[in-house]
Amino acid sequence: MELIEKAQIMDREAMRRALIRIAHEIVERNKGLEDVILVGIHRRGYPLAQRLAQILKESESVDVPVGELDITLYRDDLSLRFTQPQVGPTRMPVDVARKRVVLVDDVLYTGRTIRAALDAIIDMGRPQNIQVAVMIDRGHRELPIRADYVGKNVPTSSKEVIHVKVTEIDGLDEVVIAEEKDNE
Amino acid sequence: MARDLLIKGGRVVDPASGLDGVADILVSEGKIARVDKDIASEGAEILDVSGMIVMPGLIDMHVHLREPGFKEKEDIESGSAAAAVGGFTAVACMPNTEPALDNDAVIAEVVKKAAEIGLCRVYPIGAVTKGRRGQELAELGEMKAAGAVAFSDDGSPVSTSEILRCALEYLKAFDCVLMDHPEDLSLSEGGQINRGLVSTIAGFKGIPREAEEIIVARDILVAGMTGGRLHLTHISTKGSVELIRRAKEKGLPVTCDCTPHHLLLTDKLVLESGYDTNTKMNPPLRTDEDLEALWQGLSDGTIDAIATDHAPHHVDDKWVEYDYAANGITGLETAVGLIVDKLVRSGSISWTRMAEAMSLNPARILGVPGGTLAEGAVADITVIDPELEWSVNPREFRSKGKNTPFEGWRLDGAPYATILGGKIVAKKRCLVS
Amino acid sequence: MTLRGQDLLSLQEMSTADMETVLSTARSLKEILSRPIKKVPTLRGKVVCTLFYEPSTRTRTSFELAAKYMSADTVSIAASTSAAQKGETLSDTARNLEVMGVDVAIMRHSVSGSCHFLARVLDIPVINAGDGMHEHPTQGLLDIFTILEHKPRIRGLKVAILGDILHSRVARSLIFGLTKMGAEVTVAGPGTLLPPYIEDLGVKVFRRVEEAIEGADVVYALRIQLERQNKGLFPSKREYRDFYGLNRRRLSLAQEDAIIMHPGPMNRGVEITTDLADSPRSIILDQVTSGVAIRMAVLYLILGGRE
Repeated sequence: MELIEKAQIMDREAMRRALIRIAHEIVERNKGLEDVILVGIHRRGYPLAQRLAQILKESESVDVPVGELDITLYRDDLSLRFTQPQVGPTRMPVDVARKRVVLVDDVLYTGRTIRAALDAIIDMGRPQNIQVAVMIDRGHRELPIRADYVGKNVPTSSKEVIHVKVTEIDGLDEVVIAEEKDNE
Repeated sequence: MARDLLIKGGRVVDPASGLDGVADILVSEGKIARVDKDIASEGAEILDVSGMIVMPGLIDMHVHLREPGFKEKEDIESGSAAAAVGGFTAVACMPNTEPALDNDAVIAEVVKKAAEIGLCRVYPIGAVTKGRRGQELAELGEMKAAGAVAFSDDGSPVSTSEILRCALEYLKAFDCVLMDHPEDLSLSEGGQINRGLVSTIAGFKGIPREAEEIIVARDILVAGMTGGRLHLTHISTKGSVELIRRAKEKGLPVTCDCTPHHLLLTDKLVLESGYDTNTKMNPPLRTDEDLEALWQGLSDGTIDAIATDHAPHHVDDKWVEYDYAANGITGLETAVGLIVDKLVRSGSISWTRMAEAMSLNPARILGVPGGTLAEGAVADITVIDPELEWSVNPREFRSKGKNTPFEGWRLDGAPYATILGGKIVAKKRCLVS
Repeated sequence: MTLRGQDLLSLQEMSTADMETVLSTARSLKEILSRPIKKVPTLRGKVVCTLFYEPSTRTRTSFELAAKYMSADTVSIAASTSAAQKGETLSDTARNLEVMGVDVAIMRHSVSGSCHFLARVLDIPVINAGDGMHEHPTQGLLDIFTILEHKPRIRGLKVAILGDILHSRVARSLIFGLTKMGAEVTVAGPGTLLPPYIEDLGVKVFRRVEEAIEGADVVYALRIQLERQNKGLFPSKREYRDFYGLNRRRLSLAQEDAIIMHPGPMNRGVEITTDLADSPRSIILDQVTSGVAIRMAVLYLILGGRE
């Protein structure tokens, strides 16, 4: 299956502005940053979480702890996949118990990744609450999950694919929409 | 009176008379009546064997028929059938039965049973010592009189140099050969496969080649000392070939055989097969170097005979962990195909050499009829189709033992007909009723 | 390349790429061991069977904990409590377990090649937990994993393995694993306990342990099985300790930052002195921790994914 990039949805500047807005919303919602930790979902959620932490440090002068979470072991589709997904790193700088955990990911789609992340976090301890921040919400939820903070809502068809690119991994910041090419 | 049989148009290979050429053979009253070009004989049954090889009936001088005592593995009837379809007109069976073939009564019983079955001549080999325990000589003369053709404690070596000396001295009066299984038990104890790189990788205690060669050397020395006739069976190492070559150069009365599997397989198969217990045998599969020495020994005459060491086992004896598995493989139904395909067709040995190693020499060493197509000889004849393509399928074996490492091998060349005393007992690998 | 559904029988037959996959997966999974709640749901509904025909505490516990941390169910059959004593064959025992729904069989057996045999008997994957004198592949992997926690890479590392190489399945797995990954392996021990043609496996062989230890980055003492003494393979514990045991004087020949390893259980004061076993240079307990991570990785890679 071949993918064709159709359009750029966000550029570097739009992503930066969205992250600043989300950072402010996090402060507002939590009435400050006490007990807040950011947990980026491996792989592209983690650099986004780091950037949020940097923005919060600049604007609020607070060092918010940033964790990285790999949800492979919690996937509900392990037995459906042909090959084992590679297990990535999980690093929690602090105990999640009694914390306000903000999960950060690039795209919210079916909700299954967030479901797995919720289980993973809860296995590590009992947080005060768990919130979800995503760069793109593209709809098509299969589980009763919603995002607390959204960079951009993008209505999509199920044939389309959203790519959130980050400099740390992809060499540039942008969000593009692509579509499966029908094989005639 | 049975009809005469005219075997027409085959390439007759008879080393005893030096014949190798197209000829007809007329068989009458169980004997070879004439060997000549274009024999015309009215009323004779014609067996057209043009394009095929006709040689004196093959004799396997080392088989285990397991009767009495282990009928779940094999018995005289199934073993005789396997021999017949495998192209053998005679087999010599080892005494490691339960009870052992160590007295004239059990020897006579084997002879009688085999004669009733009538598919193949069965020559019992008597135990050298009572119960094969290696302590006192068994009644060798009585057994000889009852039909034993040779003596051996096979499965084990003759226990001590002194017992061997006594047996060889004693047997001179009966002109019988002693067949020894060369293995120094203290060196081989606990060993599962050949001692070498493969045993190191596979994690087994190895059976060193020297375990065989020490007894080969001992036996040659004792044979020289007594002048008794010694046959070393299933030799498997380069060192054994060299020791026997030197003994023969000195004119000592020593002969030997080796098996098709030691000529064709090496210990590498243990790893390649993932520890298949059909690679477990005693002596163990050796190395390329040994294999080459055996080929050399076979072609230069150091090795007198090819014997299969046919060792059928029940699946329960093999479908277990390697250490617990029984030693040995079945051989009667694969020997001809393997030797024809891998040794004769490849040009390593001639048809004449094959007939010597599998018929003439065994007959001479054991002192039994056959081994020749000379006029007046017993009409035991093996006809081989050198072109027939087949693949080894143990489920088709007549032997009860399906234990073979050759399963699935595609071979060119197979027995076409086995003629015993002038009568066709097997054709195209099926028994003729 | 995938390990899913495959047997793990030996490092001799395992590709370097597959070894690397296990090591990197174990690196990720090790974090779970430090959690207050050591449980991930990954292998929920899978049944792991340990089939031990030889006594073992460490390896069996390690496999069982690994399975439990991944939420698999475990059943354990020890030869002393199984039908083995009633004469049931290995083939029958194993096939009975298979039809009861076991997803993977982990076996230890005193006969070399038994896991290869079991793999022929069963359709489900088989993991070798030590077969006779042959191999103990997960031990080899956990040892390499532990070395990598203290040394930057295996390539070029000098590893000295000391003692009863002949009977040691640990030594065989280590030799195959380490040489494939580029280590320079030396072995030394009494001549009666060195297997023939061992040098053909790409290792340097010494009769004196001092020569093997010289310049080593890793010194690995093998367990000496005292029953070998009865077979005349070495004269006494005392003589073994004096000529082949690892002590401070011998260790001083190794690199200054050399680490000490042992597969356990130790005969303190025989193959290794107590002060070395308990010294900061010793990573013997790290090996045990790594064992659980490696076995979690192996179970995940073999059982995860589609049937």
